[in-house]
Amino acid sequence: MAAPDILPPKGVRPPIIGPGQTFGTITDRIAGIVLTKHTPIFWVAIVAISLALFGMLQTAVGYLLVKGVGIWGITIPIGWGFAIVNFVWWIGIGHAGTLISAILLLFKQTWRTSINRFAEAMTIFAVMQAGLFPLIHTGRPWLAAYWLFPIPLTMGVWPQFRSPLIWDVFAVSTYFTASFLFWGIGLIPDFATLRDSAKTLVVRRIYGMLAMGWRGSAKHWNRYETAYMLLAGLCTPLVLSVHSVVSLDFAVSVVPGWHTTFFPPYFVAGAIYSGFAMVLMLAIPFRYLYGMQDFITLRHLQNCGKLMLATGQIVAYSYAMEMFIGWYSHDKYELAMVNNRLHGPYSHYYYMLILCNILIPQSLWLNKVRSTPWMLFLVAVVVNTGMWLERFVIVVMSLQRDFIPSSWGMYWFTKWDMMIFIGTMGFFTLLFFIFIRLMPAISIFEMRNLIPQAKVKE
Amino acid sequence: MSNNSDIKPNLISASEIKPASMDLEAVRKKLADAKGPKYWRTLEELADQEAFGELLQREFPRQASEWVDPVSRRSFLKLAGASMALAGLAGCTRQPLEQILPYVRQPEELIPGKPIFYATAMPFHGHALPLLVETHEFRPTKIEGNPLHAASLGATDLFAQASILNLYDPDRSTTLTNMGELRSWGDFAMAVNSRINDKDGLKATQGAGLRFLTGAMTSPTFGWQMKAVQQAFPQSKWHRWDPVNRDNMRAGSKLAFGGYYDPVYKFENAAVVVSLDADFLSGEWFPGFVRYSRDFMRGRKLENGAQMNRLYVAESSPSTTGAKADHRLVLRPSEVETVARALAAKVGAGGAAGNLNADQQKFVDAVAADLTEHKGKCLVVPGEFQSPAVYALAQAMNGALGNVGQTVTYIDPIELDAVEHGQSIKELIADMNAGKVDTLVIIGGNPVYNAPVDLDFAAAVQKAKLRIQFSNYKNETTDYMHWHVPEAHYLEAWSDARSYDGTVSVIQPMIMPLYDGRNCHEALAMFTDQPGTGSHDLVQTYWKSQHPTADFESFWRTSVHDGFVANTASPARQVSAKLGALPAPAASADGIEVAFRPDPTIYDGSFINNAWLQETPKPLSRNTWDNVAMISPKMAADWKLNQLKDDNDHQSDAQRIIEIVFPDGRKVEAPYWPQPGHPDNAVTLFVGYGQSRAGRVGTGTGYNAYKVRPSSTQYIAGGAKINVTNRYWDIAVTQGHFSMDDREPVKVATLEEFVKNPRFAHENPEEEPKDTPQREETLYPDYREKGWYAKYAWGMSIDLNSCVGCQACAVACQAENNISVVGKEQVQRGREMQWIRIDSYYEGDPANPSVYFQPVPCMQCEDAPCEPVCPVGATTHSTEGLNDMVYNRCVGTRYCSNNCPYKVRRFNFFLFSNMPGTDWDTPSLKLGRNPDVTVRSRGVMEKCTYCVQRITQARIASEKEDRDIREGEIKTACQQVCPTGAITFGDINNKNSAVAKLKSSPRKYDLLAELNTRPRTTYMAAVRNPNPKLASGTENT
Repeated sequence: MAAPDILPPKGVRPPIIGPGQTFGTITDRIAGIVLTKHTPIFWVAIVAISLALFGMLQTAVGYLLVKGVGIWGITIPIGWGFAIVNFVWWIGIGHAGTLISAILLLFKQTWRTSINRFAEAMTIFAVMQAGLFPLIHTGRPWLAAYWLFPIPLTMGVWPQFRSPLIWDVFAVSTYFTASFLFWGIGLIPDFATLRDSAKTLVVRRIYGMLAMGWRGSAKHWNRYETAYMLLAGLCTPLVLSVHSVVSLDFAVSVVPGWHTTFFPPYFVAGAIYSGFAMVLMLAIPFRYLYGMQDFITLRHLQNCGKLMLATGQIVAYSYAMEMFIGWYSHDKYELAMVNNRLHGPYSHYYYMLILCNILIPQSLWLNKVRSTPWMLFLVAVVVNTGMWLERFVIVVMSLQRDFIPSSWGMYWFTKWDMMIFIGTMGFFTLLFFIFIRLMPAISIFEMRNLIPQAKVKE
Repeated sequence: MSNNSDIKPNLISASEIKPASMDLEAVRKKLADAKGPKYWRTLEELADQEAFGELLQREFPRQASEWVDPVSRRSFLKLAGASMALAGLAGCTRQPLEQILPYVRQPEELIPGKPIFYATAMPFHGHALPLLVETHEFRPTKIEGNPLHAASLGATDLFAQASILNLYDPDRSTTLTNMGELRSWGDFAMAVNSRINDKDGLKATQGAGLRFLTGAMTSPTFGWQMKAVQQAFPQSKWHRWDPVNRDNMRAGSKLAFGGYYDPVYKFENAAVVVSLDADFLSGEWFPGFVRYSRDFMRGRKLENGAQMNRLYVAESSPSTTGAKADHRLVLRPSEVETVARALAAKVGAGGAAGNLNADQQKFVDAVAADLTEHKGKCLVVPGEFQSPAVYALAQAMNGALGNVGQTVTYIDPIELDAVEHGQSIKELIADMNAGKVDTLVIIGGNPVYNAPVDLDFAAAVQKAKLRIQFSNYKNETTDYMHWHVPEAHYLEAWSDARSYDGTVSVIQPMIMPLYDGRNCHEALAMFTDQPGTGSHDLVQTYWKSQHPTADFESFWRTSVHDGFVANTASPARQVSAKLGALPAPAASADGIEVAFRPDPTIYDGSFINNAWLQETPKPLSRNTWDNVAMISPKMAADWKLNQLKDDNDHQSDAQRIIEIVFPDGRKVEAPYWPQPGHPDNAVTLFVGYGQSRAGRVGTGTGYNAYKVRPSSTQYIAGGAKINVTNRYWDIAVTQGHFSMDDREPVKVATLEEFVKNPRFAHENPEEEPKDTPQREETLYPDYREKGWYAKYAWGMSIDLNSCVGCQACAVACQAENNISVVGKEQVQRGREMQWIRIDSYYEGDPANPSVYFQPVPCMQCEDAPCEPVCPVGATTHSTEGLNDMVYNRCVGTRYCSNNCPYKVRRFNFFLFSNMPGTDWDTPSLKLGRNPDVTVRSRGVMEKCTYCVQRITQARIASEKEDRDIREGEIKTACQQVCPTGAITFGDINNKNSAVAKLKSSPRKYDLLAELNTRPRTTYMAAVRNPNPKLASGTENT
């Protein structure tokens, strides 16, 4: 079903939309995925597997709620383990969506059009996974959910606003809300398209409700564009703020390896890095499975690759600085932290991290790698593995040996840690494939803007 | 792993109780199968079957158990109605029907909510530790030392602290049984009576074949009773057996003085102390430890300039005494005698020196010179577990050095009718084998488990016709007994006992016997003409006979109130040690020497079912829930055993099991432990573990070293071999990294350096001279400037020079603050809960390192890193400078613990407060909790509070009297228990308070001062006093 990727001659960049597309073909191809009665067998298989993993997640979380966080590998001194590692990792993944939607929109990067919709969906689903962890990682989640939100009670007992964890609550919930609105507003014209092409009454009614009365009048479009641009402007600082705030969870503390001023930009770069890796991990199978090579072209893949390369260099620089400042400070605890990264009991994690996040991604310098989907896919998998390791190194290795040698300890994750981690991957995949089946995964109306017929002389 | 809190409540209604014996075989089999890591799970299953909870639900079972209430129609309808009404509350357990009534007449002195303290004493294997017991509504909750008594001066040790948990132990023997069947006390009394009065009974035979077996006893009342019994039954005999006994001291005393005498040391007068394997700074198995360690450490407080005593230790197994030594000589167990002989020859006590190696010679020369220089002001202390010759030599040296009367006196043995226990039990077993014993009465103890293995007590005892056991627990010995009678805990019955110097304490009970137990006096009374007399009457009758004047009542009241009978300290005997012909030193056998030692936390095994002590780390190895076989690091390296490695910080790993084979073929398997400072070619085995019937806590822990301990070599055996097996044993340690690295949490200097630079702890020459950042260099609110600490500012000072690492503070804290135990598996994960930990650090050559102890409670920082990171404000700053934990606000993010540089916070990863051993379902354990301290739930962070409940009590008292809290009015639990006075607490605003004075000392330093946390808990740097003549080499510095 898939047209082969043909690399254009040297010096010519691949187009952002395949040749020969018209308004009609775009609409039919994209809406066809949703409106068809035929559910592909791979969809059923993937959803079945991820549903099973989702079930595993529910089991593990249920057991956790019954027994307590002791079922995990955390201990004193390593009070945070997989849960926080996974939280930061998922939040990082959630970064690419808004970056693509908002920042690239403001920069008028039209190539973003064919990937922004599912990247935004990816963001929302990733933030949902991430949001799970801070809640369940607490000792008493039923109270955490209640007390971390600033509900003005008559008792006057407020959360403690000096704590970065409370900033997290605001940052993540704001990010989720803004991303959700952005995504939802972008979907309205496409829901109208689906409404208009729907063949059965029920489907028409459902999409009709979701389209919120969209008729496509000039006034609608005018207001839509204004709202969209405004939201893009609002979301842009969020791209930078969320992971900055998350990084403050660490930077505010006194723990050597956490107490670092350059964490915010370091974390943001890392987040975009892993976010684009995840976009590729989703886009490449998607375009292959649904034959979308004309809409998600090699140009998109190359651009994502380039962005990964750029953010990867920032991340590499950050790693270098982390070690350099540790050494340059000549503080015995910082020096010990550097030494522990290089020679401690978890040093193999650190070397794996360097391999995954710095060495292997250097292959992206090659046009060949950037233009070969399966190679890009592998690099993306490696980068996301590396980004997970990075969080593991930061969270666990720093806590493992801090100030008082008598209290140093080791961390061994348990099967419950693993079940919850893998379970969230299943939950994410489940949500994503349900999204693909029920909503247009590529923005129809924006794609229509890309073809030459849409260009109106001004 | 996580089923630990699944223990089902063992509330068995009385009707469902089946006699424990019904499936005794099954239970025993189950217990035998329970090994190592499976231990919790197996016990859960066990808990369902064994009927140990039967009477626990009722506070006074003796009265209540007789009362059977038939269900009337009226009450049936009442209950049915109530059940209907409560049916909606399906999740709630149905509460037992209780009537709540106010006191009709208020008991004298009782104010609900206010504790009352009573004086008593704990008998501990041959001597007494005087106590003051805190009771809440007549339930003992906490044990303190008796400040009026010279043997305590307010301090105690860890065994006394933990003994309160033994009182409430649900696994204690609760029922009187005959061959495993439940019987009443009347049945038992009748059986004994008929045994005495039958035609061919004991009366007829003048008690031939009547034997008593007890541990070391010091109770004057017991002695008086025993005399009466022996008058009534002249043929009867009284045997003694304590597995950890003073036989070598007795034998040595006979060698030196020709008779039995107990030494009483006066460490306060000694400027130079030489320990020949004497562990007088570890625990109460060195009688007088509490007082001795205080006296010894008084010479090391450096209060008046640079006066400091000096301690030389020549020892085999590393002990906390060796850890505190200024010079420590590492010897194989048998070499101690060689060194003692050489030293005695050198100081002119006679005898001839043998061959010494260069290190030993140097040590002996320097020590001899130092001793001779300090004649009359020095002291040679022989170890209880060393050969009799060492004891004789040491006392001869004390004589030759003019120490007698100055630093040591000799008194008649405080033990009644002192005997050598090894000999005594040998005679008993020989008589039993010869068929001469027909009635055996065992009071306390567990000889089937711990009698010398070569004598085979279990086989011999079956030849006695009537076997009676009075015991706290149904143990291995119970299986061989006809009658088992639950013994009363010392807090349940009247008695008396002597402390190490002979002073008699009256032991008064705090509570009625929980399980209808009888104590040793009531047991012995069965064989007199007044079999039913209670312990109170017996003790009082005896003292009436001793004090037959008209003012007996006031004498009695004063004695009971003060906790001791005035002027009963034993008078010093004028004896001088004569070094006659010493037995030739045992020819050093080839192979590995084995030293048997009592376990540092569960002693001879009598505390095995005590969860607090099980979870208390052993002072040097920091392991819990098991005993290990200590070997030297070099031996471990030679055998290529995986060593203590610093690249793996938590040593809670599987350790290889080694098999120790003795020349007579006996062998035992034990996990090895490479202990820095342990002699090569030697192994230390700790007795007390490996019991098969030790209750829910103790069963399955450790290995049994008694099964290789024969009567001939009770403490030191030679010629053993060690085989390394390929099997592993999980060891749970609380500290995995014993090196300070470059952190220097413990600051230390020699006396010379201290004199030169008293502020040595502050200036690290390699760093900036300024040791603390400036006050304004912080983003935290400056509470001080805001006037927060205007009234009181609580602070603590911990003197690292005085701390001997005995762990008493940790157990005291656990008792005071209702701290949970978590079990071995959780300790392995690093989740132990004790609020104060004692870090031990090793420095230098692993063959003989310097050892430092550092107790670490919460630092109560003024700029606490934990406070600003809590998202819900559950840890807050008080106006008096404490970091308060608000448990019911805590959601458990653990951020505060991550951000605590001292890692003093403890987290309830599970419902730890419901772990077996200290669970909250068991009714008896409920009685022992401190009602002033919240029991923490799952998911909550906790930590040291400076005993805020005690602060609050003092504040309430002071406000009622409209005054300020006085200096010394508040003592934290750790401070109160500390035998050496290492911990001082008070108001640092008060410039005259002890703590403020200590904090102005040049030795004071802050832990991690560079972080600018401004801790309220500060340390006094350690100072060692090495002999300048002993250059570095084998010794500590």
